[in-house]
Amino acid sequence: MSDSCTQIIADYAFRSLGYGERLLPRSDFTLCHEFTLIGSGLIWNVYFGTLALLFGFFFATGLALAKAAPSAALRRPAELFIFVFRGSPLFIQFFLAYELLVMLPKAGIDVFGITIETAWTTRAWAGALFVLFLNTSAYSAEIFYGALQSVPKGDIEAADAYGLTGWTKFRRVLWPTMLRLAWPSYTNEAIFLFHATTLVFFSGFPAFQQRGDALYYAKFFADKTFNPFIPYPITAFYFILVTLALIGLFGIVNRRLNRHLPGHHRPKLRIRPQIIR
Amino acid sequence: MFDFCADPKTLEGLSWLMCYLTTGKHMMFYSSFFVVLALMLIVAPVALAFGFGGAIAARSPIAPLRWLGKTYTSMVRGIPDIVFFLFVPVAMDQGLEYLRYLYKCPHDGTPVWANNEFSVCAAAKLPLSTSPQIWHEVYGFALAVIAFAIVFGAFAANVLYGAMNAVPRAQLETAEAYGMSPAQVRRRVLIPQMWTYALPGLSNLWMILIKATPLLFLLGVEDIVYWARELGATKSQIYDYPHPDWRFWYVLALLVFYLGMTKLSELALDRLSARLSKGQATMAGEAQRKAAA
Repeated sequence: MSDSCTQIIADYAFRSLGYGERLLPRSDFTLCHEFTLIGSGLIWNVYFGTLALLFGFFFATGLALAKAAPSAALRRPAELFIFVFRGSPLFIQFFLAYELLVMLPKAGIDVFGITIETAWTTRAWAGALFVLFLNTSAYSAEIFYGALQSVPKGDIEAADAYGLTGWTKFRRVLWPTMLRLAWPSYTNEAIFLFHATTLVFFSGFPAFQQRGDALYYAKFFADKTFNPFIPYPITAFYFILVTLALIGLFGIVNRRLNRHLPGHHRPKLRIRPQIIR
Repeated sequence: MFDFCADPKTLEGLSWLMCYLTTGKHMMFYSSFFVVLALMLIVAPVALAFGFGGAIAARSPIAPLRWLGKTYTSMVRGIPDIVFFLFVPVAMDQGLEYLRYLYKCPHDGTPVWANNEFSVCAAAKLPLSTSPQIWHEVYGFALAVIAFAIVFGAFAANVLYGAMNAVPRAQLETAEAYGMSPAQVRRRVLIPQMWTYALPGLSNLWMILIKATPLLFLLGVEDIVYWARELGATKSQIYDYPHPDWRFWYVLALLVFYLGMTKLSELALDRLSARLSKGQATMAGEAQRKAAA
């Protein structure tokens, strides 16, 4: 049995990326099949989550600063962006983005004689990632904005007293304090962003050649076997692992952010979400 | 709807649009908005009750009950809600049909789960295949409500558990000093005091509930997303009202609907929060007092 399981892993471990066996199993589904394929799908969840979070972090910092800016020309667009993406369901955003991207001319757009391909934008790896990026940026920006508003007055006055201005003041005083204050909520946002990645293949974006995420394969097994009691708990198990890994990683960053404090004052990263996305 | 709609092919411009937007299918689209509103209004109190149970259980002195409560409150933190939305309706459906199978079906040795099929005899089906279509829809909707209530109950349990812990310890001790039993302390002091601490979390939860309603579509309920896709899809000349792919515009209308819903809720919840923090020894209450003075 273990021998055939290694075979299954070899065949299906990268099925979600298009490597290995082309056809999905049709009958005799074993636990090994389910663990391997759902795990294979998890690659997509990690891909979407990690990249959206990474790009979103920088955009969100910019958005938070824009929202806190005194100039209305900067503040209004940031407020509108955050309102639209926080006020509407991600599911609808996926649909809308997909329909919008499908409307782009199939042949590509001609810009100064160079044809820009558009077909790839309707594929999940690009289109859905873009939506997730914008979505998490809006949520994180609101978190960062809230933290920026709570930076202690004394810190800013101390920075002024040292003669720090502009970029230096931001990089050395405002930004680290903002991150420190925002970190517990931001960890929460990261966890729920990873959960949100399961929506990708259930909204507008089709799973090209049945290359889907963890939940896509879980539903595949549940539909084929009429037994929801195995594939969904496996998916749950994988996501609990992802969540624990995220809490661990963000905890390390949290320790680094608070390293200036003496040991017993260092706030532990406590994830008790009162506010969820 | 209107008399002049009798022959749609001859219509143009505004009258075409008026006739188009009042077809029978569009009426069903509009009424599906009430399905969404009904879902939210039913789920909110049920989830609150689930959350209450979860929070009380998580604080229970009886260890197994406490573990159960803690597991319930923490499960939504590790597992995506969509997994529950897909799992719970199917599992509930199979569980109920299995229970009915036990006393309604002849036991001739046919297994229930066999050959990748779940099948019970016709008498145990839920709802019966002879029952009218409306019952199938009600049943599907009820399963969706249960799935939503379980997930949002767990979120609410988290919020309420936090709020109960935020009530100053001294108040509970005072109540105990007056000789109140644990149940009395809970009912007379803990629960009335916790709302102001729970409100931010609960309002946030209401917002999430609004934004989770399009997931009804995944559960096979004919909700607004279903109709938007159905009506927006390309209609060829064999239809009364042919048009190209308009799904984008329909989904855009849904987006506007949701933005309106969240904006309205935000305004209402802000007023409620101002009302609840009146006279409270919190920052918001203090700010109100100073503004009035």
